[in-house]
Amino acid sequence: MSAIAAPLPAPADARRRANSELGLLILALLVTLGAHTLVGLAQTGAVPAGLAAYGGAMAALGAAAHLASRRLASSADPVLLPLAFLLNGLGLAMVRRLDFAEQTSQAPAQTIWTVVAIVVFIVTLAVVRDHRMLDDYRYLVGIGALVFLLLPLVPGIGKEVNGARIWLGLGGLSFQPGEVAKLGLVVFFASYLAEKRALLTVATNRLGPLMVPPARAFGPILAVWGVSLSVLVFQKDLGLSLLIFGIFVAMLYVATARLTYVLLGLALFSAGAYAAWTIFSHVQSRISTWLDPWSVYDSAGYQVAQSLFAMATGGIFGVGLGQGRPDIIPEVNTDFIFAAFGEEIGLLGTTALLLCFFLFVGRGFAVATRSRDDFGQLLAAGMTFLFGLQVFVILGGVTQLLPLTGVTLPFMSYGGSSLLANYALVALLLRVSASSSAGQSSA
Amino acid sequence: MTRQVRRVAAVLFLLFGALFVNLNYLQVLRADNLSNDNRNSRTIIAEYSIRRGSIVAEQGRDTVVLAESVATDGDRFKYRRRYPEPELYAHVTGFYSLVYGRTGLEDTANGFLVGDAPEQFARNVGDLLTGREPEGDDVVVTLRPEVQRAAREALGDRVGAVVALEPQTGAVLALWANPSYDPNRLATFDRDRAVRYWERSENERRSRALRETYPPGSTFKVVTAAAALEDGIDPDDTFDDPSSYTPPQTTAAIPNFGGGLCNGGSPITLARAFEVSCNTTFAQLGVDVGADLLVEQAEAFGFNETFDLDLPMAASAIPADLDPPSTAQSAIGQRDVRATPLQMAMVSAAVANDGVLMRPHVITRVEDFAGRVVRETTPSMLVLDGQDDARAVSRETAAALQDMMRGVVTNGSGGAAAVPGVEVAGKTGTAQTAEGANPTVWFTGFAPFEDPQVAVAVVVPDGGDVGSEATGGAVAAPIASAVIDAAVGE
Repeated sequence: MSAIAAPLPAPADARRRANSELGLLILALLVTLGAHTLVGLAQTGAVPAGLAAYGGAMAALGAAAHLASRRLASSADPVLLPLAFLLNGLGLAMVRRLDFAEQTSQAPAQTIWTVVAIVVFIVTLAVVRDHRMLDDYRYLVGIGALVFLLLPLVPGIGKEVNGARIWLGLGGLSFQPGEVAKLGLVVFFASYLAEKRALLTVATNRLGPLMVPPARAFGPILAVWGVSLSVLVFQKDLGLSLLIFGIFVAMLYVATARLTYVLLGLALFSAGAYAAWTIFSHVQSRISTWLDPWSVYDSAGYQVAQSLFAMATGGIFGVGLGQGRPDIIPEVNTDFIFAAFGEEIGLLGTTALLLCFFLFVGRGFAVATRSRDDFGQLLAAGMTFLFGLQVFVILGGVTQLLPLTGVTLPFMSYGGSSLLANYALVALLLRVSASSSAGQSSA
Repeated sequence: MTRQVRRVAAVLFLLFGALFVNLNYLQVLRADNLSNDNRNSRTIIAEYSIRRGSIVAEQGRDTVVLAESVATDGDRFKYRRRYPEPELYAHVTGFYSLVYGRTGLEDTANGFLVGDAPEQFARNVGDLLTGREPEGDDVVVTLRPEVQRAAREALGDRVGAVVALEPQTGAVLALWANPSYDPNRLATFDRDRAVRYWERSENERRSRALRETYPPGSTFKVVTAAAALEDGIDPDDTFDDPSSYTPPQTTAAIPNFGGGLCNGGSPITLARAFEVSCNTTFAQLGVDVGADLLVEQAEAFGFNETFDLDLPMAASAIPADLDPPSTAQSAIGQRDVRATPLQMAMVSAAVANDGVLMRPHVITRVEDFAGRVVRETTPSMLVLDGQDDARAVSRETAAALQDMMRGVVTNGSGGAAAVPGVEVAGKTGTAQTAEGANPTVWFTGFAPFEDPQVAVAVVVPDGGDVGSEATGGAVAAPIASAVIDAAVGE
């Protein structure tokens, strides 16, 4: 193979990139195992008994993912997968650490979810050989996403947890279909906007000085607004509702370059938010808790207050991995896992994690700007924005920068649906990245 | 579209920047405030996760546990505090509560109990490096359980307090106040139960031996006599014996107790006046000696000051600028003079120790888990703020006071303090607090006379069960007798 490809510079470049990815993955693996060992040392006073087995398994997973990206997405971005692997591994170490504190046993389940998620990553790369394939299945994906979104409302299989009806319960397994639906919606939006962007843009220009798009152009944004509002109303999921609407407005702007849409989106968002605030007591409670968690310390404010206590106790250096009391924070292993890191690895650690997410978002947008087709560009930008916005929303929530909206912290929170969806997201980003590199090298 | 992607990216980067700024605000600027918030249970959980040292007393070769940490089944807190004889030692140990924090030795000796004594610095650094679990150190107290129990038994159901000191060292041998409370019920992890008990145990938690002051009544005559003797008056000097004395600048006469004469109207010696607790003699003596010397003498015994007792304490009080009527009243322990039981025990202890005040203390030593001594209390003289030395009275004055106090028990108002086979010396006190109210009765003294091993003070405010008929001789002296017996008896 290499002999055939020899005249072209591309394979050498691809190999260099793949090797970078391998190197970074090994680095991520070492950091992960270090965290795993520290947790064991702090909690049991000994190096974890299964360290070799665990390390071997993680190495095998990393190797499988790497081989898949090396073979199936040659020349793709070499940083995204190692970042995902690192965040995933650190999340696992923390879930295991919380198992000690809360005497639960969630780390094995999360490890299995990691295996499944890596398989999904590989399968996504293997099946979606070209991201434009997705363009062809636009309506299937769009309708599928809507169905997934609405599934929890179906009596019998949907269930309500902590007031939000966003779960599917099948036997002993729980699944949040919204996590996957978000990805499907990004694919659909990208495909729809890639096709209609000229129309939406040109139509606006025709109105001349007023710069107002024709009524028809408002259709899609109103429709998505409706969908996200209904998510809010029927599933009481503030976070998901915000994410769906946010992604669409951002993608609409990317496609049309019309700030009018952003302003319109913000106006609609404000109207929806205000209406929700007046109608729903749980929305009011979220806002007042955000403004002053101390006045409702014994009830709604307790969780955020404990999160703030944890992060403040951690200070700059943290109390040490495995040596804090993150279990005092309710729901610490899902939405509030970042606060646990804040306590144990301090500002230095949280800044490092924030930089990882920042880097991920940066690489994602770089993939988008390098993509040579509209759909690929919108897809990559949309997925990256989804990822970044979700990180912002949850980290803002646990640090009292924003009202708390329950969304997971990508790759780190305990929970299979989120992990699965995010590995699929990485696979799609790598796919877009690989095809733009391929385009470049063949050009 | 690339331009729009860049702009969207820029917006997101701004949001990430806001997150970063907020993290710094939270984990650096607000860190101190938030981590020290008393609702942040992390600090206390960390404390509860180390094995806190015990508080123990020694009875002969046996060790009596006052407070100890026991492992819990719960996962939130590893250890719970247990007080095996809760009421008996509550006013010494204090409590260690999740809801209400710490008091008593649990608070003042907290550094030792959590193993943070300066002496343990090297060990703690070692523990940190080796990852060994930090351990608290045990605090051994000076209390003698048999004396403490005798005090409780003798006082019985009456409200009051007993303090016993070792004159030569200042060691606190007994520190009992009734009513007492159950620190276990505050150390519980059941918040509601702790709150309920807290709300109805306020009276029981009052530290009557150390932090409540009472009019000392005639026990203060020890101080007045000391001032007079230091001023050159002799125990054999005689005084007139009127049935009442009217100080200058007032028409309010001071009668003798019961309104009679002290010596049938014949001149009475200072020593005799002391034995029978003659008010007219001492009121006049106070005026003769003068307010300045009286206050000076009281302060030499420890009035108007606090010191490091190992436990929180209140200062006993005598006002600085007394007019003659007040001086006369103060000289017999009435009006503005107020004393804690600890203070009156210190007066007797100083007299018994030939005039030198030793620092009362509760902690004998601190030991680590292996029994190695971390810190040992060396008895020290108590030099109070404003004093040149620890000498309250001269050796000669002390000797004269000792004789006079012996006379009180052998030949005066304090006969009930006698202990078979032990020569006891002391002074009774019966303070009228208000018209119609029961008197506050006292006894303070020391024993054995030749070789004092214990100094005591007993107070029963509100007259105890004898009511208005109560006198220090009838009510407080027998309690002192029982405590002295337990301390020095065979």
